[in-house]
Amino acid sequence: MTEFLQHLVNGLSVGTIYALVALGYTMVYGVLKLINFAHGDVYMVGAFAGYYLSELVGVRPPWADPPPGAGEVFVKATIVTMGAMIICGLLGYVIERFAYRPLRHRARLTALITAIGVSFLLEFGFQLSPLVHTPIEFPPGPSPRVFPALLERVGYEWAGVSLSNYDIIGLLVALGLMLGLQFIVYRTRFGTAMRAVSFDSEVAGLMGIPVNRIISWTFILGSALAAAAAVISAVSRPRIEPLFGLMAGLKAFVAAVLGGIGSVPGAMVGGLVLGLAEEYVAGYTDSSYRDAIAFTVLILVLLIRPAGLFGRFTVEKV
Amino acid sequence: MRLVRAAVLTTLAIVAAACQKKSASDTILIGHVGSLTGAEASFGTSTENGIRLAVEEINARGGIKGKRVVVKTYDDQGKPEEAAVAATRLITQDKVTVLLGEVASSRSLAMAPIADANQVPQITPTSTNPRVTKDGDKTRPYVFRVCFIDPFQGTVMAKFARENLKLERVAILRDVGSDYSVGLADYFKKKFEELGGTIVNDQSFKGGDQDFKAQLTTIKGKKPELIYVPGYYTDVALVARQARELGIKVPLGGGDGWDSAKLYEIAQGALDGSFFSNHYTHENPDPLIQNFVKRYREKFGGTPDSMAALGYDAAQVAFAAMARATDLSGPAVRDAIATTRNFPGVGGTITIDSDHNAVKSAVVLGIEKNKARFIATVNP
Repeated sequence: MTEFLQHLVNGLSVGTIYALVALGYTMVYGVLKLINFAHGDVYMVGAFAGYYLSELVGVRPPWADPPPGAGEVFVKATIVTMGAMIICGLLGYVIERFAYRPLRHRARLTALITAIGVSFLLEFGFQLSPLVHTPIEFPPGPSPRVFPALLERVGYEWAGVSLSNYDIIGLLVALGLMLGLQFIVYRTRFGTAMRAVSFDSEVAGLMGIPVNRIISWTFILGSALAAAAAVISAVSRPRIEPLFGLMAGLKAFVAAVLGGIGSVPGAMVGGLVLGLAEEYVAGYTDSSYRDAIAFTVLILVLLIRPAGLFGRFTVEKV
Repeated sequence: MRLVRAAVLTTLAIVAAACQKKSASDTILIGHVGSLTGAEASFGTSTENGIRLAVEEINARGGIKGKRVVVKTYDDQGKPEEAAVAATRLITQDKVTVLLGEVASSRSLAMAPIADANQVPQITPTSTNPRVTKDGDKTRPYVFRVCFIDPFQGTVMAKFARENLKLERVAILRDVGSDYSVGLADYFKKKFEELGGTIVNDQSFKGGDQDFKAQLTTIKGKKPELIYVPGYYTDVALVARQARELGIKVPLGGGDGWDSAKLYEIAQGALDGSFFSNHYTHENPDPLIQNFVKRYREKFGGTPDSMAALGYDAAQVAFAAMARATDLSGPAVRDAIATTRNFPGVGGTITIDSDHNAVKSAVVLGIEKNKARFIATVNP
C-alpha cells in the first residue's frame, strides 16, 4: 500500500509537468488547428532561460554560507520563474510571427513541417558551442548543466510515503495556472475572441476581432506555461540539456490527445493520467516499457476514442 | 591572364607538395576521438588532457624516431554514430598512425570495425565491455585496450559487497541503452549470486531519463542493502538524489563510469556512503603516480581522474610501441602494441594478453563527504 501511494505521488509529480506542457499544445491546436511540434523545445528554452536568469540574479543555494533568507529566496525564485515565462512568451511570439504566420493560408502540412523545422533549429542551435561568454555562455552547447536549487527542498514523510514541497508547489502552480487559463478562455473578452477565432477565423475577422493579435497572444500564453513547467521540473530534476525537451514534448502531446486536444481540462487530466500510467507501468512491470506505454496509450486513444477523454463534451474548443 | 593563373596554380601545387612532404617526414600524427561535450563530457576532456600531457612529455624527450608527435582530436558529443564518423575521418583524411579512444564502450564498439578494416591500431583507454576487442569469437587484430574488462570489474564489486560488506540483498538499476552498463550489471549479478547473495530486484532506465522514482520506489519496497547502479555519472547523480528523496538510505554501488568531478557537483552529498570500482586512485603513494598527479595539476589544475590517467597510459603504450616498431605502418605498430609486456602505467602495470586486454588490478573507492576515498585494491 505504501508503495502504491508512493507511486501515486511520483506519478502526479511527473504528470503535472506533462499537463502544463500539454496546455500549450492544446491552446495552439484549438485556435489554429496546428500541432506546434516546437512546443517541447520552447519548454527546453524555458529551462535554460531560468538557468541563465538565476546566474544573473545570483541565486545562492540553500547550503550556501550564510543561507539565503526566506524573502531573498522568494523574490529570486519569482524573478527567475516570471522571467523565464516572459522570455518564452516572447519566443512563442517570434516563432508564430516569423515561422507560422507567413504560411497560415498554405496547406496545413506546410505549417506542420515548419513546426518540425523550428523544433530542430532550437534543439541543434542550442547544441552549438558558446559564441558569447559574458554575461552568459550562449548557446549552452550539448553538455548537461545543473539547474540551481531555487528553494530548499523540504521533505515530508507520512506512513512511509515521501513527498516534498517541490511536488506540492508544482501541483498547486499547475492547478492555479489551469484555473487561470479556464477563466481567461471562458470569462474574458479576450477568451471570447479566442473562441471566436477558433470557431471560424475569417468570420471572426469580419466581426472586427484582431485575429493576428489573438493568435499571437495564444502562442505567448502557451509558451509561458511551458516555461513555468520547465522551471518547476528543473528544480527537482536539475539536469538540463538542449535535447531534453524532445521527449517531454512528445509525452505532453500524447497527454493533450489523450485528454482531447483543444480542451483545457482535458490537457490537465490527460497529463496526470499519462504520468500515473507510466509510473505504475514502470513500477509494477518492466521499467523499460515506460515510454512504450506512453505511445501505446496514444494509439489506443486514437483507435477507441479519437476525440480524447474530454473531446466530445466540449462543444466550443479553445 | 591564363599565364598568371597557371603560375599561381603551379606555385600552389609546389607549396602543397612541400607541406605534405614536410608533414610526412617530421611528425607523427595520432588521432583521438572523445566526448568533449555531451552527457559524458568530463570523460572526453579528462582523456584529452591525459593524452596532451603524454604528447608534451614525449616531444620534450625528442619525440619518436626523431619525429614530433602531433595529436588531432575530434569531438563525438557522446554519440556512437559521431564516433564512427570521427574515426573514419581521422583514418582516411588525416591518415593517423594510431587511433586513441573512446572512453565509453558503446562508442568504442562503433569505432572498432573501422580501425580493423583500415588496419590502423586503435587503443581504447577505458572501454571495459569485453566485446570491444572481439569480433564474434575472434579477437579484433587492430583493437586494444589498456584497462581491465567488465567480467573482472563486475566481479570486484560483487566480491566486495558480499565478502567485505557482508551483504545479502542487493538490487540492480541498469542503463539498458549502454553496452557498458548492461554488461557490468550481468557480471555483477552472476558473481553475487554465485557467492550466495540474492538479487532482490533488477530494474532498468535509459541514459538521459529525468525521473527514476518509479524504479526506486519499487526497489525500496524490496528492502535491499545496496543498490548497484553501473551507469554514467550524470544519471547516477540524479538516481542518488531521487533515492535519498524517497527516503532510501542504503549505499549505492557502481563502476568506473562514476568517476567524474561532475558526479559530486550534481549529487550534492547524496552519494555519501556509496562505493564504486575504479582503475586507479590519485591517493596511491607510488612515485610514478604521484609524479603524474603533480605534472597534471601543474598543467591543467584539478586532480586527474581515472579517465585522465588511462588516456595518459594509452598514449604512452602507443608511443612505446611506435618506438619499438620496425616502421610506422599499421601492421608493424599493431605487432608492437600486441607485444607490450610489463609496461609501467599510472593506472597499473600493463601487459596486453592474447585477447588484447590489459590484466590489471582494480581499486574500490568509497564516497565520504562528497569525495572519493581509497578503500581497497582487488587483484585479478
